Amino acid sequence: MTPLENEITALKKELISMWILVQSQLNKAKEAMIQFDKDLAREVLIKEKRVNSFELKIDRDCENIFALHCPVAIDLRFLLAALKINTNLERTGDIAASIALYVVESPVNFDADILEKTSLIRMYDEAVNILMDTRTAFEKEDTVLARSIFKRDDVLDAINDSAPISIAEAIKADIKTLPEALYVLSIIRKLERVGDQSKNIAEEIIFYVEAKILKHFESGKKGKSEA
Amino acid sequence: MENTIVKAENYNSYFGDNHVVKDVNISIHKNEVIAVMGPSGCGKTTFLRGINRMHELIPGATSKGKILLDGENVYDMNAIYVRAKIGMVFQRPNPFPNLSIYENVVAGYLLNGIKLSKADKDAIVEKSLTSAALWKEVKDSLHKKGTFLSGGQQQRLCIARAIAMQPELILFDEPTSALDPISTSSVEALFHELKANYTLIIVTHNMQQAARVSDRTAFFYMGELVEFDDTKQMFTAPRDQRTQNYITGRFS
Ligand SMILES: Nc1ncnc2c1ncn2[C@@H]1O[C@H](COP(=O)(O)OP(=O)(O)OP(=O)(O)O)[C@@H](O)[C@H]1O
Ligand SMILES: [Mg+2]
Repeated sequence: MTPLENEITALKKELISMWILVQSQLNKAKEAMIQFDKDLAREVLIKEKRVNSFELKIDRDCENIFALHCPVAIDLRFLLAALKINTNLERTGDIAASIALYVVESPVNFDADILEKTSLIRMYDEAVNILMDTRTAFEKEDTVLARSIFKRDDVLDAINDSAPISIAEAIKADIKTLPEALYVLSIIRKLERVGDQSKNIAEEIIFYVEAKILKHFESGKKGKSEA
Repeated sequence: MENTIVKAENYNSYFGDNHVVKDVNISIHKNEVIAVMGPSGCGKTTFLRGINRMHELIPGATSKGKILLDGENVYDMNAIYVRAKIGMVFQRPNPFPNLSIYENVVAGYLLNGIKLSKADKDAIVEKSLTSAALWKEVKDSLHKKGTFLSGGQQQRLCIARAIAMQPELILFDEPTSALDPISTSSVEALFHELKANYTLIIVTHNMQQAARVSDRTAFFYMGELVEFDDTKQMFTAPRDQRTQNYITGRFS
């Protein structure tokens, strides 16, 4: 392997570690939300600093690779994609932290009935799955899987779109649920953004992998030189 | 294409039986800067020297196919005329050591037995050195030997010598490989200026240089022109695996 290939392999590993960390942040925030476990929510908030420093580290590594290796072609596309994926992961981490913050702030625990009616948990699970699958698409450079993310995000959008109505119904049924209902709505809004971030990541994966589909060796042989 | 200046049609070069440039087809437009890249020995220099008929000067060297300059096959033209119309600058700056800067610039005329008046010579020298971005630096020492100049200045002097012949096309064979980064930059900046009036074909092993200076890049591999495309395309998403392997340094 060339030195640049080594750098890129290392960078890829770092991104995957960041991905796993962000995923675990989302999962913990979800547990904290369901169990109304403020300690767990605080842990997520503390770990958010880890996500941020991860982002800075990856940014710096990308800068160094650009400066020292002048990457081109697939390497260049990978690095450009890595920079953007890094940003998207960091934002996904922010989302986990803000959900955790709602848990910390909320005076009352979230009513199971509202969680059920708004499909919040189903939405949450799907958001985490989407993030996991974009990671797999990234690891395996699988653009078919990356493309499937766009459709899957529709599920999150649908739940997000119907949220105001189900929230309004819950409030109508029992006005006392108003504060927690608003927290639930905010969480749904946040989860919708997780889908958007994953969609952005999927686009980056397609961008960097797909221009890689190159004309086959044989077809380069005859009379193609004329441009 | 109407603004095609030079075009190779099924062009081949040989050293004896050794087939070094294979069936190259390429069209280059007026005022383009073309970079030519490829591994050592792939035939870049040989191809370049076929364009201005220098290849045939080597014993046993032959070629087949056409090189059209403004639509006319150079192999049907007078070779001396072709070499004047298609200038060439080499890897190592090679000013004539015994000639002054001034004499170096007009050397092409002297060598071809063309007599010029003093006034004509003065005009050509000033114009060529200006075009080569060297005039300001040497205008007060025109009668010093060209070899007193720095490497980068010498290379620009060689470019001025090529320009003096009013060529249509200038070929550069690794023109900055013997220069330090500052001289390299000054020559690269010059390419940018020359582009307004000339068409340039530059063989370079410096990938970043190709990326910086050229509009389109040709990638040769084992005598074949494998890929010829916009330089941006080539460096972001090359179409051929061999190009990608080469420019990313993964060639085995
Ligand atoms: N004068 C010569 N006589 C015989 N064979 C030659 C001569 N010059 C070059 N060759 C052969 O022709 C092939 C192409 O050489 P050429 O110099 O065109 O390669 P190149 O792409 O310019 O390489 P480099 O990047 O090293 O300058 C090589 O295999 C070389 O051995
Ligand atoms: Mg050569």
